[in-house]
Amino acid sequence: MTVDIDKTAGPEDTPPAGPEAIRAIPVRHYGRYFSAAVAIAILVAIIYAFAQGKINWGAIPDYFFDDRIVKGVGQTLLLTVLSMLIGIVGGILLAVMRLSKNPVTSSIAWFYIWFFRGTPVLVQLVVWFNLGLVFEYINLGPIYKDYWSSFMTPLLTALLGLGLNEAAYMAEICRAGLLSVDEGQTEASHALGMSHSKTLRRIVIPQAMRVIVPPTGNEVINMLKTTSLVSVVQFYELFRYAQDIGQTSGAPVEMYFLAAAWYLILTSILSVGQYYIERYYARGSSRTLPDTPLQKIKANMLSLSNRPAAGGGA
Amino acid sequence: MTAMVKAEGVHKSFGPLQVLQGIDLEVKSGEVFCLIGPSGSGKSTFLRCINHLEKINAGRLYVDGELVGYRQKGDKLYELKDSEVAVKRRDIGMVFQRFNLFPHMTALENIIEAPVQVKGVSKAQARERAGQLLERVGLADKARSYPSQLSGGQQQRVAIARALAMEPKLMLFDEPTSALDPELVGDVLDVMRDLAESGMTMIVVTHEMGFAREVGDSLVFMDGGVVVESGHPRDVLTNPQHERTRSFLSKVL
Ligand SMILES: Nc1ncnc2c1ncn2[C@@H]1O[C@H](COP(=O)(O)OP(=O)(O)O)[C@@H](O)[C@H]1O
Ligand SMILES: [Mg+2]
Repeated sequence: MTVDIDKTAGPEDTPPAGPEAIRAIPVRHYGRYFSAAVAIAILVAIIYAFAQGKINWGAIPDYFFDDRIVKGVGQTLLLTVLSMLIGIVGGILLAVMRLSKNPVTSSIAWFYIWFFRGTPVLVQLVVWFNLGLVFEYINLGPIYKDYWSSFMTPLLTALLGLGLNEAAYMAEICRAGLLSVDEGQTEASHALGMSHSKTLRRIVIPQAMRVIVPPTGNEVINMLKTTSLVSVVQFYELFRYAQDIGQTSGAPVEMYFLAAAWYLILTSILSVGQYYIERYYARGSSRTLPDTPLQKIKANMLSLSNRPAAGGGA
Repeated sequence: MTAMVKAEGVHKSFGPLQVLQGIDLEVKSGEVFCLIGPSGSGKSTFLRCINHLEKINAGRLYVDGELVGYRQKGDKLYELKDSEVAVKRRDIGMVFQRFNLFPHMTALENIIEAPVQVKGVSKAQARERAGQLLERVGLADKARSYPSQLSGGQQQRVAIARALAMEPKLMLFDEPTSALDPELVGDVLDVMRDLAESGMTMIVVTHEMGFAREVGDSLVFMDGGVVVESGHPRDVLTNPQHERTRSFLSKVL
C-alpha cells in the first residue's frame, strides 16, 4: 500500500525537470468490473446454497481431531511418503536403465513404463489384492515362504500398487531431468577420472534435480490424493476412516467435507515444502537465490520501518 | 626425452564420417605441443581420443608408454574395463572450450571434487591444496563463488585449477580461449604460460598464434584428419611449406 502512495506522491511533489509529463485519462476496463461482479455473484450463490443445505456443520469441528481421523492422516502421510520413495528410487533406476546403451535393460524399462502407465492404478491395486487367488504361496526359495494372503498385508498391497505405478511416471520425469544436463558435464567428470556411478550421483543427478523437483512436487500432491483409493484393498487411511465415521455417526456428507479439508491442509503444507526444495536445487543456477517468503516479509518490514529515515535516498 | 604421447596411424570415424585418417605424431615429456587447423579437421576428436573419451578405430595411441584403452598381451589386444580407463584418466587433465565447470558447486567444491571422490584425499587437505591452486590462477578471493557468478575467463581459470588438482602429468587444452571475450583471453593465456614454465607437458588446440609462437615447442597443422605439416612453431608459422598451411594461416593471422 505504502509503495503505491509513494509512487503517486513522488512525481507530484517534484515535477520532472525534462519534458512535461503526460496527463492522460487511463483506459477504463469495464469488462473487468463486470466479470468480477459476475464471479462474486456466483460465489455468493454457492455459499448461500450450501448454507441452505441440510448440512450439520457442527459435526465437522467435532470430529476434526477425532482419534481415528488423526490416525488416518498419519496413515495417509505414511503411505504417501513410502509410495513416493518407491516411486522415486524406482523412477531413477528405470530412467537410467532406459538411457543405458544396453538394449536389454532399456527394453525392460520401456516395457515396465508401457505396462504401468497404460493401466489404471485402481485396477493395479485390485490385481495386487487378488493375486492370492492365483498364487497360494509366496516362495522366495530358502529366504521366505508363506501363504500369499498373510504375506500381502493391506499396507504392502497399497505400497506395491501405488509405488510401482508411480515409478513409471517418475521414470519419465527423471529421464527428462537426466537428459537436461549438458553432456559436457559427464565428459568433464569422466575426464577427471570419476566413474560412471560417481558421475551420475555427484554431477548429473544433482543438476537433473532442478528439472525433476517441480513435477515431482506435483506427483507427491497427486499421490497424497490418490492414496484415498486404497480403501479398496482394505487399507485404512484418512478417507476410509472418514467414511466409517460418516456411516456410524449419521453425517456422511459432513465427513467427506472434513476429509476434503484435511487433504487441502496437507497439500498446502506440501506446496510450501516444495518451494523450499526447489530453491535448494536452484543454487548455482542463477546469480542470486529468490528470497524465501520469510525473507520477503522481513525485507518488507525493514523497508517500511526505514522509509522515513531513508527519505529519497533509496 | 621420452615421449609422453605417441600416435601411430590413428584412425577415427563416426559412422561413415572419417574424422582422423592416420595421425602420426609424438609429444615429448615437458613440451608444449600446439595443434592448429581449420574447424572440423578433427583436433578435438584427437584430444578426446588421448584420454579415451573416444575409441579409436585403427592405429595405436600411447600415453607415457602405455596403450590408451587397451592392454596388449602377446599379439592380442584386450579392451580395458571402464574402471581401468578411469584410473588412467586421473593422470590426464582436460580443459574444455566451454569450461564445463559443475554449476551446482562453488569454485572450491569444483576443485576438490575429484581429489576427494576419486583419489580419496581428505577434505581438509584437498581444500588447502585448492586454495593454493586458486591463488596460482589468481582467484584466491573466488573460492566460494558459483560458476554463474564468475566471468568466462575466471571460469576457465577455475577449470584449469580443477584439472591441476588431480596432479596430472599431461594437460589437454581444447581451444581454451575461444569462448572468451577478447579482453579476458590474456589472463587465461598467462596461467597457461605459467604452467608451461613449470614444466607441464601440454597439448594445446588453439587459434592464438601469438601464444603458439611464444610458448610452443612444437606445432602441428592438421587438416582433413591428417597432419599436414609439423615443426617448430616459429618455422611453421613464418615459413609454411604447404599450400594448405599457407592459406589457413593467411585467414587466422
Ligand atoms: N560424437 C560425434 N558424432 C558424430 N560426428 C562427430 C562427433 N564428434 C565430432 N564429429 C565430427 O567430426 C568432425 C571433426 O570434429 P572435431 O574433432 O570437433 O573438429 P575440430 O575440433 O577440429 O573443429 C566434425 O565434422 C564433427 O562434426
Ligand atoms: Mg574443436
